[in-house]
Amino acid sequence: MSDDKQSKRDRIAKRIAQELPDNSLVNLGIGLPTLVANHLPKDKLVLLHSENGFIGLGPEPEDGLEDLRLVNAGGVPVTIVPGGCFFDSSMSFAIIRGGHLDVTVLGALEVDQEGNLANYMIPGKFVPGMGGAMDLVVGAKKVIVAMEHVTKAGEPKILPKCTLPLTARREVDLIVTDLAVIRVHHDGLHLEEISEETTVEEVVEKTAAKLTVPRKVAEF
Amino acid sequence: MKKILSPKDAVNVIHDKASIMVSGFMCCGQALRLIDALLEKGSKDLTLITNDSGFPDRGVGKLIVAGRVKKLIVSHIGLNPEAGRKMNAGEMEVELVPQGTLAERIRCSGAGLGGVLTPTGLGTEVEKGKQKMVVDGQEYLLERQIHADFAFLKADTCDRYGNAFVAKSGKNFNLVMAMAAQHAIVETDELVPAGGIDPEKVTIPGVFVNSIAWEGKP
Repeated sequence: MSDDKQSKRDRIAKRIAQELPDNSLVNLGIGLPTLVANHLPKDKLVLLHSENGFIGLGPEPEDGLEDLRLVNAGGVPVTIVPGGCFFDSSMSFAIIRGGHLDVTVLGALEVDQEGNLANYMIPGKFVPGMGGAMDLVVGAKKVIVAMEHVTKAGEPKILPKCTLPLTARREVDLIVTDLAVIRVHHDGLHLEEISEETTVEEVVEKTAAKLTVPRKVAEF
Repeated sequence: MKKILSPKDAVNVIHDKASIMVSGFMCCGQALRLIDALLEKGSKDLTLITNDSGFPDRGVGKLIVAGRVKKLIVSHIGLNPEAGRKMNAGEMEVELVPQGTLAERIRCSGAGLGGVLTPTGLGTEVEKGKQKMVVDGQEYLLERQIHADFAFLKADTCDRYGNAFVAKSGKNFNLVMAMAAQHAIVETDELVPAGGIDPEKVTIPGVFVNSIAWEGKP
């Protein structure tokens, strides 16, 4: 991965970490969302939920200390922090669907101005399945999308209407990209912040959905 | 007291076209020895109900790669390219189920319930062909119970009554699958006499277990 791509991803992760409230339970998706764990605020208590069955997801262990009975949702050996606990899949998803999870952070293929999310398949091309994503997006109190603003080909991913099969309908609350922080309101998408390295014009141009732009936009 | 068998003997009951629930999450908490024994036995046209298609060279993924699986009911097939290829080529039927819905459908069957009402999947392809219901003003999908002929479970420790302890994140689908299969086989690393597991620490009550697969000598 190029330094440029890595720094974009870190910027997204760092900004999302600021959104996590004190004393909260948070689920981070595989890939870019996982990076949020590197930026957790030191002055707040944030516990991570791992959908395969525990609360208190910790960092990967040192070489030689891996325990194959303790893995994250990507199957990678991890650790559990003091205060964590294990449970089975039924309980794990009761926590998710039952309104006990404060925030879920997920990647996206597309997201639209109604807060619809598509992130689990491109018919005929890429069909990994939804895993726990559909439950997470429906159940979490707050849904944050973490993604690069445009596709590899430079096409917008924030659309008036998703074209790919949906993961969930009208559940996204916040979109954080390398260029902008965008909040989903009942009347559409509101631009809240832009990155130091872009302009409002560039963000508007690279967003296919209509954006409500305030007179003054903060930077992150 | 439950039958204690080698993994090879434990899978003797399995017939072609059987439906098997296989616990595990990316092979963690998965009965790898039972899967290897089943591969060797040559059973085919299987329906597997499991969280994911694993890796091509490990666990449940090996059965898929070997072409033994007719139908796969899973939440995720992303890390086994052969599963996606077989699905696209029409060589294997795949039903994708949201992970929480999969766990509850399985649990329902084991708990004597016909199904569960969940908001997961509303407004998506998952809702196609399913009944919707409104309860207390909230819309839900009716997801039906799912049953299987067999379950492959994985324990760290098991006693002779089938009570099993499953450590850490290996728990995942072990308990719900134990409940939902006609015949549940638990593969264990360690076998202990009755009383060898603190009753407070039993993950799978022995009542759900039909036989124990153990590589040691009973």
